[in-house]
Amino acid sequence: MHGTQIAALTAGHPAGLTDAFHLVAGVDAALTRGLARVGDEDAAALAGLAGAVATTPLANLVAEAVDKIIAGSGAQEYVAALAGARSAVLGAVHDALLGQLDVALGRSRTPWVPIPAAVPGEVSPALAAARAWLSEVAVAGWRGVDHELVAGAGSVVEAALAVPELRRLAVLLDGLAAELRACVPVAMMSQVPQRRWADLWSRGVLLAQDTAAGDAALSVTERVSGRLLPLAVDVHEHDTAVQFQVHALLEPADGGSTRLVRTAVGAAKVDSIVGPALWRLLPAQPVLLAALAQRRGVLVADVPIRGADMPWRDDRARLDEPVDPFAAARVLLPDALAAAPHPVDRHPAGIAEPVLLEGYAVSGQEGRLTVELDGHRLAVTVDRLPSCGPLTPELVAASSACLGLLRWDAGRWLLQPMAVQATVKRKIVAVHTGDWACGVTDAKVAKAEAKAGDAVTVLRERAGRLLRR
Amino acid sequence: MVRVVAPAQPRKLVKVPFVELADGRLQGVVSSGSDAARVYVSSITASTHAYHCSTNNNRPCGGLRGAPCKHLETLANEAVLQYGFDRVARYLRVEPDVAVNTGAALLHSLDARHEPSSAAVVFSRFLRHLSYLEVPGSTTSLPELHWFPSTRTAR
Ligand SMILES: [Zn+2]
Repeated sequence: MHGTQIAALTAGHPAGLTDAFHLVAGVDAALTRGLARVGDEDAAALAGLAGAVATTPLANLVAEAVDKIIAGSGAQEYVAALAGARSAVLGAVHDALLGQLDVALGRSRTPWVPIPAAVPGEVSPALAAARAWLSEVAVAGWRGVDHELVAGAGSVVEAALAVPELRRLAVLLDGLAAELRACVPVAMMSQVPQRRWADLWSRGVLLAQDTAAGDAALSVTERVSGRLLPLAVDVHEHDTAVQFQVHALLEPADGGSTRLVRTAVGAAKVDSIVGPALWRLLPAQPVLLAALAQRRGVLVADVPIRGADMPWRDDRARLDEPVDPFAAARVLLPDALAAAPHPVDRHPAGIAEPVLLEGYAVSGQEGRLTVELDGHRLAVTVDRLPSCGPLTPELVAASSACLGLLRWDAGRWLLQPMAVQATVKRKIVAVHTGDWACGVTDAKVAKAEAKAGDAVTVLRERAGRLLRR
Repeated sequence: MVRVVAPAQPRKLVKVPFVELADGRLQGVVSSGSDAARVYVSSITASTHAYHCSTNNNRPCGGLRGAPCKHLETLANEAVLQYGFDRVARYLRVEPDVAVNTGAALLHSLDARHEPSSAAVVFSRFLRHLSYLEVPGSTTSLPELHWFPSTRTAR
């Protein structure tokens, strides 16, 4: 990324962005107070949302739903239309922001290729339960969430978790429910994280529709072979889930242009498994873990891909030569072909675009860092440095090159570091979030880990003994 | 976009494999020091400060002699390690003296009383907790987890 590209990215907001967020804020306030209590202000906000989608195919559906909700109905179909309209507005915001990013970076992006929606099969009780709970929450409002309503999520999550196709929904609801549980009674909270919870709630409602059960993202039409050059890994986690999402360049074996792709592996976990132990939850992916820890390329053969997303197939992957991710990004990233996300995933919070920045200066205090390149500044988020890797805010502050993700949060573009080249004791070192994928390589941290004991083994041993008695 | 709840801090799990602040209680499971096959279920209610400790088969703990037993002390100490002192105190609705700085001390600073309760609820939550480790891993992307970044920042 050059200074001029930072300038283009941060020069201004896409047209209509402020209005769109204003609209969403009104809806979120209504969801905070609850659909059982739609006052004049909330009614105006909901009507505004209906107005915003009035020229889209959602128009009639949303207009009717808003009328009914204002009149006091909390029926699931109306609540779903509300979630759909809110998601559509934020989808448009996503598209505008990603368009701005592509123009600034000169990044080419293939459009999403729709495939016919799967015909809903038999009615899923797990989905029905999720829809019922999400509607109940919307009617009560975040302010009305109590112990009983939160406890109701337990069986919903359990049922969804038992169906592999519903993993996304299960993981989302479990994360949301845990936050609500920690905050009840929400009525006593001074400030409700209403945008965040409404985001999670809306996505939950979309994923809980019967048409989503066939999860179009899982249906794959394309297969590829070639050389995968991992750039860096982004780690996501809440109390009961962890995901390692590897951003990589794919050189197709058939000689096509280099593609910017992602592959993700994840595991269920419990809250007491944190830090480097998270890697130990992935024993079935030795090739991916070795590629990250040893910074090696990977040869993949006939693997499925949809847009930029490659479901990981360790059995179809083979370790290749060592690759310096910084060198690979320098040469191949500027012209790599990106891909648009699945339509449901279009949300500003989902924007995570790999970039390479070199030769910058870092300024600011720990926690509020800024990189400056040719006089142009970009804010850095160190909140997303994972607990399982060696990358620290101090290393970011001492860095001069960074492989990171461009994200958009709280009204501005941010750089999320995933790997840096930093000066430590007058030497340049490269530090990546994935360095400890096959075990901690820092003696001090390894010693502390050993002292704490092996959480994964302890709990698996208990589970083995108690769950099969 | 950061998580609303700070991630738990790492701790040894051998003595106390499970502790949580849920259902209005500080509750969990404590390993028996002498018998590997036995565990104690200990809990203290936030609203009343009523405590109890028994085996998972509801056999009362012999250590309860008019005061919280060593299992409850251990549980409170581990809760402080996992969640931080302030969060545990807040959950138990107490504003302790500055001299009180461990979980066990916090427990003894309460005007607590013994009141038998069933171990079954807590123990089944422990089994449910363990069952997450039996859920198969995933190899497709879970886009919603972008709302839940891993973080090293303890808040
Ligand atoms: Zn006891």
